[in-house]
Amino acid sequence: MYQKSLVELAADLQKGAYSSEELTRACLQRIHTHDERLNSFVTVTETQALTAAQAADAAIKAGTAGPLTGIPFAHKDIFCTNGVKTSCGSRMLDNFIAPYDATVTQKLLAAGAVMVGKTNMDEFAMGSSNETSFYGPVRNPWDETTVPGGSSGGSAAAVAARLVPVSTGTDTGGSIRQPAALCGVTGLKPTYGRVSRYGMIAFASSLDQGGPFARSAEDAAVLLGAMAGFDARDSTSVDRPVDDYVAQLNQPLQGLKIGLPKEYFGAGLDTAVGDAIAVAIEEFRKLGATVTEITLPNTHLSVPAYYVVAPAECSSNLSRFDGVRFGHRAANAQDLQDLYTRSRGEGFGSEVKRRILVGTYALSAGYYDAYYLKAQQVRHLIRDDFLQAFAQVDVIMGPTAPSVAFKLGEKADDPVSMYLSDIYTISVNLAGLPAISIPAGFSNGLPIGLQVIGNYFAEARLLNIGHRYQQVSDWHTRSPQGFE
Amino acid sequence: MEWETVIGLEIHTQLATKSKIFSGASTTYGAEPNTQACAVDLGLPGVLPVLNAEVVRMAAMFGLATHSTVAPRSVFARKNYFYPDLPKGYQISQFELPIVHHGYLDIELEDGRSKRIGITRAHLEEDAGKSLHEAYLGKTGIDLNRAGTPLLEIVSEPDIRSAREAVAYMKKIHSLVRYLGISDGNMQEGSFRCDANVSVRPKGQQAFGTRTEIKNINSFRFVEQAINYEVERQILLLEGGGTVVQETRLFDPDKHETRSMRSKEEANDYRYFPDPDLLPVEVDEAFLASIRDSLPELSDARKTRLVSDYGLSEYDAGILTASRELADYFESAVNAAAGAGKLTANWVIGELSAALRRDDREIKDSPVDAAALGSLLLRIEDGTISGKLAKQVFEAMWKGEGSADEIIEQQGLKQISDASAITGIIREVLGKNPAQVEQYRAGQVKLIAFFVGQVMKATQGKANPQQVNELLRKLLDS
Amino acid sequence: MELDASDVEKIAHLARLGINTEDIPAYARNLTDILAFVEQLNSVDTTGVEPLAHPLDATQRLRPDEVTETNNRENFQKVAPETESGLYLVPQVIE
Repeated sequence: MYQKSLVELAADLQKGAYSSEELTRACLQRIHTHDERLNSFVTVTETQALTAAQAADAAIKAGTAGPLTGIPFAHKDIFCTNGVKTSCGSRMLDNFIAPYDATVTQKLLAAGAVMVGKTNMDEFAMGSSNETSFYGPVRNPWDETTVPGGSSGGSAAAVAARLVPVSTGTDTGGSIRQPAALCGVTGLKPTYGRVSRYGMIAFASSLDQGGPFARSAEDAAVLLGAMAGFDARDSTSVDRPVDDYVAQLNQPLQGLKIGLPKEYFGAGLDTAVGDAIAVAIEEFRKLGATVTEITLPNTHLSVPAYYVVAPAECSSNLSRFDGVRFGHRAANAQDLQDLYTRSRGEGFGSEVKRRILVGTYALSAGYYDAYYLKAQQVRHLIRDDFLQAFAQVDVIMGPTAPSVAFKLGEKADDPVSMYLSDIYTISVNLAGLPAISIPAGFSNGLPIGLQVIGNYFAEARLLNIGHRYQQVSDWHTRSPQGFE
Repeated sequence: MEWETVIGLEIHTQLATKSKIFSGASTTYGAEPNTQACAVDLGLPGVLPVLNAEVVRMAAMFGLATHSTVAPRSVFARKNYFYPDLPKGYQISQFELPIVHHGYLDIELEDGRSKRIGITRAHLEEDAGKSLHEAYLGKTGIDLNRAGTPLLEIVSEPDIRSAREAVAYMKKIHSLVRYLGISDGNMQEGSFRCDANVSVRPKGQQAFGTRTEIKNINSFRFVEQAINYEVERQILLLEGGGTVVQETRLFDPDKHETRSMRSKEEANDYRYFPDPDLLPVEVDEAFLASIRDSLPELSDARKTRLVSDYGLSEYDAGILTASRELADYFESAVNAAAGAGKLTANWVIGELSAALRRDDREIKDSPVDAAALGSLLLRIEDGTISGKLAKQVFEAMWKGEGSADEIIEQQGLKQISDASAITGIIREVLGKNPAQVEQYRAGQVKLIAFFVGQVMKATQGKANPQQVNELLRKLLDS
Repeated sequence: MELDASDVEKIAHLARLGINTEDIPAYARNLTDILAFVEQLNSVDTTGVEPLAHPLDATQRLRPDEVTETNNRENFQKVAPETESGLYLVPQVIE
């Protein structure tokens, strides 16, 4: 049953082919069998999962089940889960049992979904390879010597290896879409404000957004439908009804206007990836879409702007980890300064420290205007580029990442080169737009992702485009060897 | 050399909301440690702030009452620094775009002239928690109940020229926030405190001298003492050829001196930037119009009205309108006393205020409420008792012995105004003092006071003194 | 902008971040590289461009002034490193 989609599993549960408890046990069994190799889970919540599954079975019997009732899933370990360790991939929170639920956690709980565990991630979501986790790197199920991408690498790998049908992630600069591409699954970053950030441990507040991982756009539509929605606890949450994503999946693509930004197909793009994207675009033409070249002239400034804004916000967001009220505290502190300096020095890993240092510097006296203010101005230009493009086209397509999965350790010592692996995804966060990554081919046995960027609140259209493509392609149905 | 003092005040006033500025936790004072610190106040990972509507309304009220601009768009920023009573490692405050700016307030100087003090800005921010030093075995304990309590920080222009002016300004702001009902102004509980920026310069010089900042002064008396000490210190320093160091100082109320806060000497770099968890706050004209309509009558307008409605002197009206509570008390009492304005003013400013001072009570805790005082004053007005006996009745009322009428009745203090009864007593007194009668009739008319005294003594003060006077003269002169 | 060891130490202190002495040169190099990379921002003229703090140009929503939270101290202090009688404890702070 592990090869079945969420939608198929839900149908089976409904007709009583098996119970949620059986499904959950099978899921837990697969995690036990295969995750030692992948390291995609930080915590497996067996007891809670079985209790939740039994409750779901009762709901199914009572006829009160929804589309997610009884479906096992995993949360990225960045969402607070009451009574369950929420580590954010950091030693700082290795001892942190969250005392409350994130809004997304509550919503999925209310939908009857069964959490089987918390997935590994780059420390505080800072990374593009999942190598910065305190719990060690996650391996890509397609080739265990390569990275799964990051920062939601555990969630992507767990879905790719069919350990869970769906999982949650967060995306600050590409942390859902890039690992989705590198692991050959579907991942969607919603419009900023569509999914509540309450209880989602903040990296860069103005960029962070939670979203789903799934094997197909259809499954992603179901999960996003449950995650999205207005939340009064989040000032940046948007008070606007959630579209029926599932209902719109089958809209025809006839007349769809696709824009291809020339900046996304230039130097730095791996040839095999570029070729696969071209083939996929051809497929959309056959489905009735028209394709035009567009320009997003400030694309080259998105990574530099991001590496000012994100570290600046993170340097402040991570100040609360001071060893006083929760989290790691250094032993035998001599005085207050010693307590702060050592607790933070011991609790944070080197990439997190690097970003805190960059952000602190960028905000410090004399540099604020030159860095932070300048970056926020550039951000405005980048958003305007997109708005102009969307005056011409319905969606923008291109590669999600410049290459397929790279080797573990390959970019670990070169932060700038690592940062450039997010070149196609970052500008979307700066503008707050929604975007989806869908499987679109392979190179040397490693998956390639197609990114589709939509206008604000166009999630339904993106899922519709992904679904129609997945009706005429089978990339998303392929699964890695060795996880039978 | 003659020196001029230059002072600017930063007043922090806690806004009287039910819940905190960014969370739904209670702001009630005095709860058990950390029982009113919710997930947001503790800065738990993942929590987010949402702004309390009431603080925006209160800040706008303050802005309108001080002739300030209420900004159509203001922005919350993070002020980053590490301190254990600051849970998130930053304070949410307003920096570049405060909600209120460019206003003023007129204060009254001792010589009766009034002076305009500019208000640079007033911004919203969250309060920090409290550090309890040496709580346990050389450790500091942290109570975060206060963390997230809304504050309005009111920053004046450096228009103040003496400690007295600083106190007058601070009292005026204190009175204003209470008139507006936006703060309880309780200084013991820290709801109203101030930082004073103080410098001196040679008289006639344009440029400001180097200033020091005296932090966290929580009484009017301390503000005066701290500033006076600091001015003296700076002048001595400069006259001795030294220089003033720009620094933060603390006032020690026991030693009446300020001293440098060396532990915080290290240059601060607060790395302000707009808080990405909060969006710009917008207020529109309709909102401001509704607030303008709901503003209560403020002290200056009320003072003018008391003068014209009750015929009070400017001086008395000024005292009575210094606080909203006192003015409210006065007006209730005057109503109960059938509009006897001058009499009521004398009593409120005199007997009542003296009794409050003696027992160290606030007017809201007065054992004699406005209606009760009014009913006592009514008995003076209608001649039931004399003013002198009324003081005796007031004391009994203060002790809780009953209402004015009950006490007058119980103690038999009703004034004797019956002419035949008084005449009878006068005859008795004259009969006992024939020598004095002789002397009076021989021209020593001053002896009238002696006879009045004797009659009052005989009636235990109850005889109507005016009537006694008249009847005495009639009998003696006939 | 070339950052040296003393710059790194200064920034680390501002961020209350303990870093090992032997790692400082590497951080200085990384930071210099990142800042050099970020310098690209200066290639574009942004005169008169409003800084974009929030992608949707939204404004702050206001919450009614109601007490919605109740005492949850015991639960919250379960994850605290050191507490006593309801207080969080830290090494003594000298004012």
